[in-house]
Amino acid sequence: MKKLIVMALAFSLVLGLGLIAHAEDYPSEPITYTIPFNPGGQSDLEARRQQPMLEDILGTSVIIQYKPGGGGSVGWAELTRSKPDGYTIAGINVPHIVLQPLARGNAGFETSQIKPIAFFQTTPIGLAVLKDSQFKTLDDLIQYAKANPGAVVTGGSGTWSGHHIANLQLQEKAGIETTYVPYKGAAPAVAAFLGGHVQALWGNSNDLYQHADKLRVLAFGTKEPFAPMPDVPTFESLGYNLYASIDRGAGAPPGTPDEKIKVLQDAFLKIANDPKVQEQMLRDGFVPMALDAQQAAEYIQQKVEDWKPVVEKFKK
Amino acid sequence: MFDLAVAGLEHVFVPANLLFLFIGVFAGIVFGALPGLTATMGLALLVPFTFTMAPTAGLIMLAGIYVGAMYGDAVPAILINTPGTPAAIATSFDGFPLSQKGMAQHGLVAAAVASSFGSLVANIVLLTAAPPLAAASLKFGPPEYFWLGVFGLTIIATLSTGSVLKGFLAGALGLLLSTIGMAPIGGDVRLTFGHPEMQAGIELIVALIGFFCLPEILGSVIGKRQAKYSSENAKPELSVVWEVMSSLFKKPVLMFRSAFIGTVVGFAPGAGGNIASMVSYNEACRWDKNPEEFGKGTIKGVAASEAANSAMAPGSLVPLLTLGIPGSPPAAVILGALMLHGMRPGGELFTVHGQVVYAFMMALLVAAFFVTIIGCFGSFVFSRIINIPSRFLAPVIIFMTVLGSYAIRNNMLDVWIMLIFGVVGFISNKLKFHPAPIVLGLILGPFVEEGLVQSMLAGHATGSVVHYMVFRPISIVLITLSLLSALWPIYASWKHKRKQRREGCACNIEEGVKNA
Repeated sequence: MKKLIVMALAFSLVLGLGLIAHAEDYPSEPITYTIPFNPGGQSDLEARRQQPMLEDILGTSVIIQYKPGGGGSVGWAELTRSKPDGYTIAGINVPHIVLQPLARGNAGFETSQIKPIAFFQTTPIGLAVLKDSQFKTLDDLIQYAKANPGAVVTGGSGTWSGHHIANLQLQEKAGIETTYVPYKGAAPAVAAFLGGHVQALWGNSNDLYQHADKLRVLAFGTKEPFAPMPDVPTFESLGYNLYASIDRGAGAPPGTPDEKIKVLQDAFLKIANDPKVQEQMLRDGFVPMALDAQQAAEYIQQKVEDWKPVVEKFKK
Repeated sequence: MFDLAVAGLEHVFVPANLLFLFIGVFAGIVFGALPGLTATMGLALLVPFTFTMAPTAGLIMLAGIYVGAMYGDAVPAILINTPGTPAAIATSFDGFPLSQKGMAQHGLVAAAVASSFGSLVANIVLLTAAPPLAAASLKFGPPEYFWLGVFGLTIIATLSTGSVLKGFLAGALGLLLSTIGMAPIGGDVRLTFGHPEMQAGIELIVALIGFFCLPEILGSVIGKRQAKYSSENAKPELSVVWEVMSSLFKKPVLMFRSAFIGTVVGFAPGAGGNIASMVSYNEACRWDKNPEEFGKGTIKGVAASEAANSAMAPGSLVPLLTLGIPGSPPAAVILGALMLHGMRPGGELFTVHGQVVYAFMMALLVAAFFVTIIGCFGSFVFSRIINIPSRFLAPVIIFMTVLGSYAIRNNMLDVWIMLIFGVVGFISNKLKFHPAPIVLGLILGPFVEEGLVQSMLAGHATGSVVHYMVFRPISIVLITLSLLSALWPIYASWKHKRKQRREGCACNIEEGVKNA
């Protein structure tokens, strides 16, 4: 009997050591990093920037694959059905992962199913007009829209996107009505704006910064002024508590063990906190961000609560 | 500007850079030729490598890939009736019949020469007139895109061999298929039958492989078990190269017109090579003295399509380099590469980074010459592929079709859709429904829908939707072109009948419509 207990103990010790050794081994296989958008977009570029550094830090290869469609839903629906072994991760974007399940029942995933790893970049959203526009300030635009309901045509990328929700929030908070025309992406929206086909544009900071010589940003949806364009007011400073941005991070399937999330989180944050990477981001008109897994989860939860009433109100 | 162009050329002719360019062109041809792999993917894969390279070397290689891929997609279109990318759909209309006649090499050489020529013309435009053209491209708003899509749909009349009614039915089916998935405007999800993957809609390449490639294989396997894939042996000869070149350049109007169409379509952000080559093919057929040759294997059809889709590439770089707006998915990847190297498109690009940008544009030019060389030499090798008996070739191609459909989005459902479309295509071929109008409907559906819904939203804000959509200069031109294009077959059939009456020959009307 004694022998048996000793053997059992020894066995469990070996097994336990094996498990520990196994956990320490992670990652020992290649990691698949899914981008749920087309190649060439900002999410892809960010992943491509990270790829060699991730491989360095994690000591394994990182394979980037694309699963575009449904504004990211196809990729995230697949992510939530993947094996939670720490070898499948995907780029995640707020507001996309929040708004799609909220706005329609058939997105194929729920926000709560995605286990966030980290957020590493944020792209503030601003409202802009062309240089020669009659609207000099946000107030000009709002006064005009009040007098002419629906006559101001605003453009942006997509429906139930960061741009769309920002437009809805401005309508709510300023008590105005505008006509929002969605485009198939940020690039066509910018083209339509520069061509004068819409009067105002909901744009990402990098696009607005890039075309700064042709346009005037009326306000940014940030807490602090956007560093590369410090003269532009925030919506908050103009009296509208409107915050709008696209935040990029990475997530894992539901049930992925916390130890593995931690390993990945540390790797992503190490890159996000690298001064060289931050400098590159700022130069291109993005803002570096570094939220760990816990903070990321709280951030997503906060956004769900912020947006739920707006979506419920405008959803058909 | 001239100094910068020379300096750019000097960068390209550094031996190491020239080698990068050659490798890029070669890799691009391979990416273009394999259905399921696209120029966009090839470029995206290369971007991380350009990190470690000097910006000039990296961009030169990217230029090579882009130009190479615009030719590469013609190779399988000609040999096995499978466009490597959607931009080569029109190439297969005449390319494959050429192969069946044992003239695969003619098609391949025509594609290479026309590709290079289109690329050359568009590059000269890019080098000399980019800024004013970019400003013009911004005139394209929702109504213009809508009418461009409608104009594209009128091409169905040309594509319908046999019966215009069948063509319209097939086009309508294509439009219906294009509504699957998430609406381009509004975000509603339609006809997914409970599959989340279907939110992304029908992938064009999957449809192409299904409708074009699989029926061909099924036909060759079921039809004549031991037969060769093509009816005749291809015997590549050097004389073919000269013969094709001289016949294309003897009457260069076709090539110039096609290159022009491709360049113009390239300016309009988002229109892409598939529309460019279709429109160009249609115009080539319409203005030709012997339109009945089209669709039966003429190098003119191949040249029209390839010159246009290759010209589209530099065209789509015009709004990118001057305004920072990518005109096509590959241009979006190039934008990313530029940004990663710290270059922001727009005015600053040409002044601060002038040398690098001109090196890139010069690389596009030189790459066009590489395409001619690789294409002409390659034609000796490629054209022999069709001499392989189908019992060996068919399994390989079927394997490739499955791999290709899967690779584009890493999605198994796409493979099933491809197989279903293959069977549907096989049956519809037997019923004399050509797949081209289906695919055209699939391409143009989202275009027309997006333009219409956006126009209605914006038009409503201005007071009158009809006024907003019609009374604009470009809209009026496109509406006129659409009307002419739609009515042309009727006119051609009337002319044909009158000619026959004069010659005292009794032919039926259907023949006339078909030839139109």
